[in-house]
Amino acid sequence: MKLEEFQAKALFRQYGLPVPEGLVATRVEEAVSAAERLGLPVVVKAQVKAGGRGKAGGVKLVRTVEECREAASGILGMTIKGYPVERVLVDPAQSIGSEFYVGITTDRRKRRPVLMTSASGGVDIEEVARSTPERIFFHTIDPRYGLRSFEARGMAFRLFDSKEQVLACARIMVDLWRCFDGCDASLAEINPLALLTDGSLVALDAKIVLDDNALYRHPDFEELRLPTDEERKEQEAKRMGLSYVRLDGSVGCMVNGAGLAMATMDLIKHLGGTPANFLDIGGSSSPEKVVGAMKLLMRDSNVRSVFVNVFGGITRCDDVARGLVEALGSMGDPPPMVVRLTGTNEREGVRILSETGISATSDMTEGARRAIGLAEAGASGGAS
Amino acid sequence: MSILIDDRTRLLVQGLGRDGAFHAKLMKEYGTRVVAGVHPGRGGSMYEGFPVFDTAAEAVEKTGADCSVLFVPASAAGDAILEAAHAGIELVVAITEGIPVSEMSRVVAEIETMDVRLVGPNCPGLISPGKAKVGIMPGDIFDRGGVGVVSRSGTLTYEVVRSLSKAGMGQSTAVGMGGDPVGGMKFVDYLELFEEDPDTEAVVLVGEIGGSDEEDASRFVAESMSKPVAGFIVGRTAPPGKRMGHAGAIISGGSGTAEAKVAALEAAGIPVADVIDELPDLLRKRTGG
Repeated sequence: MKLEEFQAKALFRQYGLPVPEGLVATRVEEAVSAAERLGLPVVVKAQVKAGGRGKAGGVKLVRTVEECREAASGILGMTIKGYPVERVLVDPAQSIGSEFYVGITTDRRKRRPVLMTSASGGVDIEEVARSTPERIFFHTIDPRYGLRSFEARGMAFRLFDSKEQVLACARIMVDLWRCFDGCDASLAEINPLALLTDGSLVALDAKIVLDDNALYRHPDFEELRLPTDEERKEQEAKRMGLSYVRLDGSVGCMVNGAGLAMATMDLIKHLGGTPANFLDIGGSSSPEKVVGAMKLLMRDSNVRSVFVNVFGGITRCDDVARGLVEALGSMGDPPPMVVRLTGTNEREGVRILSETGISATSDMTEGARRAIGLAEAGASGGAS
Repeated sequence: MSILIDDRTRLLVQGLGRDGAFHAKLMKEYGTRVVAGVHPGRGGSMYEGFPVFDTAAEAVEKTGADCSVLFVPASAAGDAILEAAHAGIELVVAITEGIPVSEMSRVVAEIETMDVRLVGPNCPGLISPGKAKVGIMPGDIFDRGGVGVVSRSGTLTYEVVRSLSKAGMGQSTAVGMGGDPVGGMKFVDYLELFEEDPDTEAVVLVGEIGGSDEEDASRFVAESMSKPVAGFIVGRTAPPGKRMGHAGAIISGGSGTAEAKVAALEAAGIPVADVIDELPDLLRKRTGG
């Protein structure tokens, strides 16, 4: 789960990290009064779970109330990388000397958390990694001991010369580790960490991504969820035991297993069609789940046909077929669909479906091809 | 031969709840030597003809179990992996899905210092056809043979195996290594074992988006493998930044893409299938059979 900047900053504050005293506003006048309370100049920042806000015009430095009003009304209601801006963070403007990068994530290759720092802060760190990899420093953290002060100091000496700044930065690194670990984050990042002209360090931006697998340990994080419409659908799916990601295509996919679901999407693309979504219905395919999945697919108006691809393993194909028949019977206007069933009792499964007039096959490629055909027929039918 | 498990494997089942009990029975029916179960509070009882113990240590001591398979809920799974490792189990297979990454990285840091191997978590397990099944896969789609299969997913592994079996290519061992960002053995570890196994003639590697495991595997194949390898990578159509079911299957900031993985495999001389059914032919060309 990605957090917005103001939420990440609130968590940073809890762990003692230095962040500006900003205020959140959802309306223009609220932003103006926040600016007045904080004292101008301020920075008005769009709150969205996407990078590149500055480039999109979602971050503005303003010196007067009029400028603040203009900036806030421009930013609220913007859409950045598909995310509508519903909130702005109003932060007091800072007098910045230079900008650094400090972040912690999981190094999958080493299977441990890694602390990354750079004196090239304030820009996309992945760009720095591509163009000047020698400007990023890494330190692998042993999760059993956490980030120790001496390790943090060693890293801080690579960024700063003055003892005060080294100690302050080391402190920030240790607190960032405590935050990363305490929140079960998969990413905790300060970019930029600003060295102000008065010599102090402050986290001007904050990014936290929480590990979805660990959310059960943090029931209080549930209220941090500020889902967009798209994410709301994904969550709804999750509650039903489904894993759903929407794409732009016309062939709706319903598959058991994440790997097979990706393979199904790839196959549709390979055969010249376009997948409408990723949808993993998991191991057991009860009729209720199938109905739920089908409803989810049909809410996407781009869907012209549905391809159900089930590898019946422990689950028997004839059971899945009966479930599908029951599911479709309960739906008023089922979409054109093709079911591919294979594995245990596949012949019986295919027979049950064929008897009820559902296009069924035991071959994945054949099934995908038919579903693409149905989608194309549906699209041309819709256009005439 | 085969890798990791065979007809001598003495299996302990950790967690005899609904799933554990169900699959313990199926593994036994497949012919696996299931020698013990561990379920705290149920020590002293019997299940499907094998004794149940309160602790892994006792189970190992009384039955000589050397492999364990976990059906323990996510919140207790990390602890159960460590319990097995400290009891002296040599191979732990964690089926459990949804273990926090922070928990797994602590577990891995500890077991790296011990003489134990971990398959998973969030995986279907592994099978050496005709000898032993340690996991949840349907046994009947597998045939005995000389192809080693290693994959990051579950049903996709079955799909690949079905295609191989249909083409008359049986398997020495098939492993689903799991879809989490932090786990036990990686492609390279399995490839190393397949390279050494006299019964494995060729290997199929099934990868997916996210991480750099496939890239590491490519390097290993180019430098250290004599046996032919064919690959298949899924997630070509996945959008960046979205988790595709598996916690580990995510393209982040341009890294971990299917294109990069396919390119790495091909650069290492590993042919990559566009669709699953091409795999048997690719293997046949490489083995000249």
